[in-house]
Amino acid sequence: MTDRTPDVDEIAASERLGGDRYFAFAILVLSAGLLALIGDQTQWKGNKGLLNEPAFWPGLSLIGMTVCAALYLVQSLSAHRFAAWDRRELLVWVRCIEYPLWFMAYVFIVPVVGYLPTSVIFCPLLARRMGYRSARALLSAALMGAAIVMLFKGLLQVRVPGGAVYEALPDGLRNFMILYL
Amino acid sequence: MDVLFDGLSILARWDVVAALLIGSVGGVIIGAIPGVGAAVAIAILLPATFSFDPIVGLTVLLGIYGSSMYGGSIPAILINTPGTAVNALTTYDGYPMTRRGEGRRALSLAYSASFFGGIFSVLCLIVLSPLLAAIAPHFGSREIFLAALLGLVLAVVVHRGQTVIAAFLVFFGIFINTIGLHTATLTRRFTFELNFLASGIDLIVVVLGLFALSQAFVLLVARDDSPKAAPVSGGLFQGLGELFKFPGTASASSGFGVVMGMIPGVGEFMAQFLSYTFAQRRSKTPEKFGDGAPEGLIASEAANNAVPGAAMIPLLALGVPGEALTAMMLSVFYVHNVVPGPQLFQNQMDFVMALYLALLILNVMVLIFLLFSTNTLLQVIRIPTRFLGVMILTLAFVGVYSLRNSVWDCAIAAVFGFIGFVLKRLQLPIVPIILGMVLGRIMEVKLRASMARVKTPLDFIDRPIAFILFCAIVIIIVMHIRTQLKSRKTETNQNA
Repeated sequence: MTDRTPDVDEIAASERLGGDRYFAFAILVLSAGLLALIGDQTQWKGNKGLLNEPAFWPGLSLIGMTVCAALYLVQSLSAHRFAAWDRRELLVWVRCIEYPLWFMAYVFIVPVVGYLPTSVIFCPLLARRMGYRSARALLSAALMGAAIVMLFKGLLQVRVPGGAVYEALPDGLRNFMILYL
Repeated sequence: MDVLFDGLSILARWDVVAALLIGSVGGVIIGAIPGVGAAVAIAILLPATFSFDPIVGLTVLLGIYGSSMYGGSIPAILINTPGTAVNALTTYDGYPMTRRGEGRRALSLAYSASFFGGIFSVLCLIVLSPLLAAIAPHFGSREIFLAALLGLVLAVVVHRGQTVIAAFLVFFGIFINTIGLHTATLTRRFTFELNFLASGIDLIVVVLGLFALSQAFVLLVARDDSPKAAPVSGGLFQGLGELFKFPGTASASSGFGVVMGMIPGVGEFMAQFLSYTFAQRRSKTPEKFGDGAPEGLIASEAANNAVPGAAMIPLLALGVPGEALTAMMLSVFYVHNVVPGPQLFQNQMDFVMALYLALLILNVMVLIFLLFSTNTLLQVIRIPTRFLGVMILTLAFVGVYSLRNSVWDCAIAAVFGFIGFVLKRLQLPIVPIILGMVLGRIMEVKLRASMARVKTPLDFIDRPIAFILFCAIVIIIVMHIRTQLKSRKTETNQNA
């Protein structure tokens, strides 16, 4: 191990990593775009005093965002250690988009199929997609899904509605499923 | 003394005791799993706690917050991977000790130092409480505005080397908070004619996206890993005695934790770094730091465990959260119509005392739990990281969807999850967004309220506390600019 004091910059701050310029460019476009819309998306009453204007805080924050994003882009373009526009990192970001889609699919299916059945199917499916093929791993994923449902909906009674398919169940079972699973 | 007993009587309920137990043990387990951390766990559990009594909900969250760093030291020491980000410096001395066969001693010292830091901070709070109760009522709207502004300025300047992007993220947080209906004029701001945006973007949705979903995405995209740690043999009690060989280091480090915890926007990392540097400078054997020095381990663990207790001070006394975890806890207060701030200290001191005592008790519970269960905890470190990603993704759904059963909330959380993923990939900070949202809201309300009595800009700082806060903001900004110019000059000289 090292015999010198770790420097705070060394631990806290990062080097300019691949993808940094794309990020800097994207936040500048976003900030400037939102700032351009301020007249359309907020109102200026004119008789309220500057600090009470509805546009004051959005305006202040968007000006701050735009200035900082521009400075960050300048820093990013002038960083010595940075390899030019690195597309590999961009591809990682694109690859990540798959998982919000999995998440949204889960969100859409739960109210239809029900929380327990969806979780018991969703967890092993995603686990399989992540490369777990053994029966033990898939079973563990299904059990994990069931345990989460029982803990949160059954025990802690969080508000997750019953699935539409529960309506087809016999009365007693339907109420139980809607309330606890 | 009466307040102490009143506080104890609030805690003397089976549901509070259960919450303490679940929070403290759960926090240790969560902290021990690299890649999860207290922020993810608190974000997921937050909506579930809304149905509890405030004291029960807050005790669970406090338990997780206060105990996760204990757990985080286990993988930091045994496998050189900090369980939580704030255990990073623990690896510097903890892991070298493990490599030379002193893993048990390192763990024992880490637990003892953490315990010392935790208890020290709670005792400081109890002693300081009368003073806080006396000072808090002097904080009016403008003082709270300036305290929130100070928190934002500190949140930016502590990110050395990343101040520009930290400032951007703070402004971004303030902007997100402005989306929706402007209550004073009943006009819409940046809703793009979409009805689901009229009620604004919920803090918890953003928190779950930025902390939980982003972490799930990071784990799912990364290569699968299943860390392995060798079991520790023998008892773990020796550290309790060894800690007292370094009373100065333990006390000073805990002091750093308390002070840094009290200042909004600073937090564990700065506390840990300052305390580590201070301990090294004071040490008779500074050359051993980074190579398995017990003092280094004590400095890092005592400091970070002293922060949670102290971080409750700005939250409880002023209603100004200093970092992301206390910002999340603020929403529990709001849900139950308990308004933290000067009034809480004046009217509900027994509630405040109950929270302090809960912190005290949970430190004892955690220490006992860890002394007997460390080897069992090694099993959770081995959970494969992608499997953990699946678990966090599934759990994040409960957190977001149970808020309002809104698909839009889930979509917004997914967007923030992606933003958090990109920020994590680029090693950029996330916390400034949350602080911008929470403190931005406080600033908007308090500035509006305070302007009624302000005729000229100077009136704004004509009260002593407001003046001190204003001076502190100016000094911090000037010092930061000076340091930046100095380091740029040094860099230019080196290049020339």
